[in-house]
Amino acid sequence: MCLGVPGKVVTCYDDHGVRMGKVDFAGVVKEVCLEYVPELQVGDYAIVHVGFAIQRLDEAAAQATLDTLRSLGMLDAIDSSAEAEVSDEISPRIS
Amino acid sequence: MKYLHEFRDPTLVAQLLHQIRQQTTRPWTLMEVCGGQTHSILRHGIDTLLPSEIRLIHGPGCPVCVTPVQLIDQALHLAAMPNVTLCTFGDMLRVPGSDADLFTLRANGADVRMVYSPLDALNLARRNPQREVVFFGVGFETTAPATALAVQLAARERRSNFSLLASHVLVPPALEALLQAPGCQVQAFLAAGHVCSVMGTTEYDAIAARNGVPIVVTGFEPVDLLEGIRRAVGQLEAGQARVENAYPRAVTNDGNPHAKAVLAEVFEVTDRPWRGIGLIPASGWQLRPKYHAFDAARKYPLGDISSREHPLCRSGEVLQGKLRPSDCPAFGRLCNPRSPLGATMVSSEGACAAYYHAGRFGQVHPNGESR
Repeated sequence: MCLGVPGKVVTCYDDHGVRMGKVDFAGVVKEVCLEYVPELQVGDYAIVHVGFAIQRLDEAAAQATLDTLRSLGMLDAIDSSAEAEVSDEISPRIS
Repeated sequence: MKYLHEFRDPTLVAQLLHQIRQQTTRPWTLMEVCGGQTHSILRHGIDTLLPSEIRLIHGPGCPVCVTPVQLIDQALHLAAMPNVTLCTFGDMLRVPGSDADLFTLRANGADVRMVYSPLDALNLARRNPQREVVFFGVGFETTAPATALAVQLAARERRSNFSLLASHVLVPPALEALLQAPGCQVQAFLAAGHVCSVMGTTEYDAIAARNGVPIVVTGFEPVDLLEGIRRAVGQLEAGQARVENAYPRAVTNDGNPHAKAVLAEVFEVTDRPWRGIGLIPASGWQLRPKYHAFDAARKYPLGDISSREHPLCRSGEVLQGKLRPSDCPAFGRLCNPRSPLGATMVSSEGACAAYYHAGRFGQVHPNGESR
């Protein structure tokens, strides 16, 4: 129920006095209420839940998280055996 | 898709797993709070990749699952009224009430509509002034602002044919209730990312401090989940208990001020029974008196509905992390998604449904321990 999907704002408009917009989810465009994130502009990414934008997706924070995780990995290089073990384990295991 | 694929990167997943293995020296039990996280963990097999010392137990964060059977019965009662159009989210339609579910009622001719947003229900009321449109609103803090806005707009438009059957609940009181329950095994929480997108992180500080449990706000993709686990285990190993935000692209300290303002205007906090758990003080929202005209429970006579759970369903224990779904005697046999005994087998966030869809029928981990 708390599923939130990131999407890109395509248009913004007013409907019954409420700020609405069209949001593109990797090709699927849906109508979304933007009332709770009024700063959203066309081209911004938002987290959308039950047809409502609940937060602007902070692209700088997303990049910073990825950069930090990648740099942790660089500092803490993985030996090839560990990687092989992981890639084996990722295959679906249904008993 | 941007901002999804990056957080499913197998290289980062491998790095994080390596770091978690390196830092883990003792057994730890973590609870992921949100049912969306449970499904992601099971779907990606994250629980099977972790070191055997780390056990994930699944929390009550499935709003459909914790909606009391009496409220389902009230929704069924409303839907059976000839002038009522009952609208709700798709997950609610198959949740069993005492005798039936909303899907069955619809098959028998009731006007039950599945909506994507509470505003869809309001639009139905606008387009059909001769119908009484009732929105059965379920959900945590993530969803409640959407319901609140629909009610606020209905009030602004003086729309007398729209009302709300509310089952909106709050996460922090449920975490406190779990921690205080006898036999609680939770040593750290992965807090629900999108609940915190709305509410922020500050209300968790006191819970972490008072109970000595790390709380890490966590997202939903494999990299997000593993980063949440890495940070929680890091705190446990270091003897710390504080709130950390491992989902900063969607969560700020203060949350969403606009959504919180409308929530506070429309709703007030009340005690709520949780299906399978019982009454939790100050754990739900009800409409404030100025919105009582939009309260379906006041608008329609719903008084004398007696409700009962299926005697074989043990979802209450599942919701508290006390029973692994695959350890329930009914799991996959008497109870499956096509004929569920309880809501945890129905919902796209229910732990039983997650185990069923991931094919976890009591599987054995490579180290011999049943996972």
